[in-house]
Amino acid sequence: MACMLIGLTTAIAQSDSTVHEVANMFEPKSTPAEMIHEISLLVLLICGVIFVIVTTLLVYTVLRFRRRGSGDDHEEPPQVYGSTQIELAWTVLPILITVVLILVTARTIGEIQDAEMPADALNIRVVGHQWWWEVHYPDYDFVTANEIHIPLSSATERRVTHVALESADVIHSFWVPQLNGKTDLVPNRTNHLWLEPTSTGTYLGNCAEYCGTQHANMQLRVIVHPPDEFAEWVRTQQAAPTVDPAVARGYDTFVSNSCVNCHTVNGTVADGVFGPDLTKLMTRQTIGAGVAPNDTANLRSWVRDPQVLKPGALMPDMKLLDSEVDDIVAYLQTLK
Amino acid sequence: MATTTEEEIDIELSPPGEEKGVLTGGIQSLFYTVDHKKLGLMYIGSGLIFFVIAGLMATAIRIQLAIPKNDFLEPDVFNRFFTMHGTAMVFYVGMPIIFGFANYLIPLMIGARDMAFPRLNAFGFWMFFFSACLFYFSYLGAEGLYGAGSAPDVGWFAYSPLTAKAFSRGHSTDYWTLSILLGGIGSLATALNILVTVFCFRCKGMTLGRMPLFVWLWIVVAFLTLIALPPLSACQIMLTLDRYLGANFFNTQAGGSAVLWQHFFWIFGHPEVYILILPGFAIASEVIPVFSRKPIFGYPIMVAASVMIAFISLGVWAHHMFTVGMTSLGNTFFAISTMIIAVPTGIKIFNWLGTMYGGKIRLDLPMMFCIAFLFQFLIAGLTGVMLSVAPFNWQLSDSYFVVAHFHYVLIGGLLFTLFAGIYYWYPKAIGRMLNHKLGLWHFWLFIFGFTLTFAPQHVSGILGMPRRIFTYDPGRGWEIWNFISTVGVPFQIAGVACLVANMIWSYFKGKKAGDDPWDAWTLEWATTSPPAEYNFEKLPVVRSRRPLWDLKHPEDPDWKHE
Repeated sequence: MACMLIGLTTAIAQSDSTVHEVANMFEPKSTPAEMIHEISLLVLLICGVIFVIVTTLLVYTVLRFRRRGSGDDHEEPPQVYGSTQIELAWTVLPILITVVLILVTARTIGEIQDAEMPADALNIRVVGHQWWWEVHYPDYDFVTANEIHIPLSSATERRVTHVALESADVIHSFWVPQLNGKTDLVPNRTNHLWLEPTSTGTYLGNCAEYCGTQHANMQLRVIVHPPDEFAEWVRTQQAAPTVDPAVARGYDTFVSNSCVNCHTVNGTVADGVFGPDLTKLMTRQTIGAGVAPNDTANLRSWVRDPQVLKPGALMPDMKLLDSEVDDIVAYLQTLK
Repeated sequence: MATTTEEEIDIELSPPGEEKGVLTGGIQSLFYTVDHKKLGLMYIGSGLIFFVIAGLMATAIRIQLAIPKNDFLEPDVFNRFFTMHGTAMVFYVGMPIIFGFANYLIPLMIGARDMAFPRLNAFGFWMFFFSACLFYFSYLGAEGLYGAGSAPDVGWFAYSPLTAKAFSRGHSTDYWTLSILLGGIGSLATALNILVTVFCFRCKGMTLGRMPLFVWLWIVVAFLTLIALPPLSACQIMLTLDRYLGANFFNTQAGGSAVLWQHFFWIFGHPEVYILILPGFAIASEVIPVFSRKPIFGYPIMVAASVMIAFISLGVWAHHMFTVGMTSLGNTFFAISTMIIAVPTGIKIFNWLGTMYGGKIRLDLPMMFCIAFLFQFLIAGLTGVMLSVAPFNWQLSDSYFVVAHFHYVLIGGLLFTLFAGIYYWYPKAIGRMLNHKLGLWHFWLFIFGFTLTFAPQHVSGILGMPRRIFTYDPGRGWEIWNFISTVGVPFQIAGVACLVANMIWSYFKGKKAGDDPWDAWTLEWATTSPPAEYNFEKLPVVRSRRPLWDLKHPEDPDWKHE
């Protein structure tokens, strides 16, 4: 219990930086997370009071009634077999507390789960893969991966994001603690959750359901923009890609290898759907679902052999020559 | 209760010098014995061996997580370790040790000569033992005899479709499935045997209402086992059909249902938690009265609360599934049923406190472990209440908070009472006391290490750390908590080492125990330590819940008050 409180206070320092690295659920930044936060404080309070009372009773009983010395050894204490009144008291009291908990829980479940989505809610479809996130923006007709950009909601302009969750293979779970509780991505099924961020910045999350070898490196970033910045980001994502003639060799290597069987780059022959869409790769902060920052060295390492950064990843070592790796990385770095 | 037709209490204390050895018949007798006491000790002994193996795997897991981006274990090795650790701790450590206690003690406590079906009893043990061997053999055999072997890596609840052929190649999942299926048969046999024994073999005068609470709790556990294990066996068979005959119950790629597996698994899995913790309650319910020198407070309501826990526990399973996307109605139902279970559980804690209150508490080792159990189980219960609040659960589920919660239940709750039981009944089973000093070292080292390891995990969970990750990035606020958590491990290891050393040393050198070293009241203390193969020379006749109290206090026997 004490540890928990320390944990709460140490994590409060982070709030104003743009990357919220510590995903503390007691520092919610989105309406549903705030609703959960509210009920969890009540529950913590109730449990805390019970903890203090019962622990005090236990400590008192042990100290007060422990056998002292050995003088009175053979005298047995009065034999008490029970008491209906006392039993009744400590049955009824917990029942009352339980009733209170049941009522608030039922209300909060309904408020969060059955919340009416506003007509102008932004729709996103997230599909879990071993071990990355495919992110569709059906309203704007583009696809990205692993990093989800959503607009800020404010008192003047309420912007709710509705997320539909699906899975392409095994069960995953979408969890960005500061924005909402987790919801699983279950194959053959569509689950839903909603976000209504009240503060900008990058929020970190993870896949929260064990999904195989690289479960740990199935990380998630949600970047919250003010509405105009978000619109700008959408325009970037929608813009038609171009092939810079300076990297034509890289482009040729890319499309003539099996890269294109799994990856999509809009406007090219690359239209695979097993791996992340690369059309706007360079607008992303990380690669490999958060396994490493998106820089030249890491990109090179990844293209040469993904198994180095993320052993077990489903992208195999393509056995490319050094020069081919250079060319492909040069090409990939124009995708922005 | 007392009527004129009641028979007089008649218990023959064994004359001194009657003790037989523990291992009558030699080592070889272990292989053919049908004696409930030997089988009980074999259960506990092999459970402790698997406990050490599974504990070492946990140690490796903690080393890997001590610092961020550690590469002590490869991802797949890590995943196998937590799968083997979790599965073994539930099926090959928890289950056999509690069955061991039941096997050893129930016939003695009800004044019987053996279990109802001694051969079935031996069958149950060997099913468990060989299924455990099969389980560990997966390290060698799972990929066939060529190449490196590999153990199961799907987690102890093996969520489909991760177990489907497409995602789990080789035979590792089959080893997991088959060994649990076989172990389950053994557990069913033992549960059945316990029920028949208790209902048919009680000594004269021992009505249901006069059984020690230990035995009552075991009726409940045995019933729960009978009800909960068949769904587990069923889904293991279905999974095997999926993998080899294309049945596609759970194979989502062919239209199967991933959620169906979860329903099957948890309708077993949640009662299983109570199957594991109620025997802990059973031990506490014997130890606490004896060391407080008072009868258990509110015996009838203790029985009622146990039965209620069992009933409700059959209707709470989907609280493990608050995040799979059930309707708000479904979530509300399972939140409510889960919260209700806190009421009878609370009653039990209060009754133990009531038993201690006004007593003369002897702070011997069994009692110290029970007091620690009360404190730790209180925390486990309260974090359980937090988890039952579905919206809070959406945050906490599958995080390290849950890891902390169930280790507080299973170590802080179950293991501490098992330790209490070992210190309490070792003198009966072996005939010698365990060394007190070494026991104190065990207690303090273990409780310190346990707290250091598991208390901080509440915090890392609240800070968003998911369970079952083999590594994590620095800077997310998890480093310090994980580091502390790992620091606790050597203390726990040292504690367990003290226990093992103590058990071995005391076997040869311990102080002679005598028949009744704790001045206790139940029938097992009326016979020799260790008891003869036939337990009692003359089957006892009892008149109350505390026959030896009646014998020692003829001026104020219990049957006048019950």
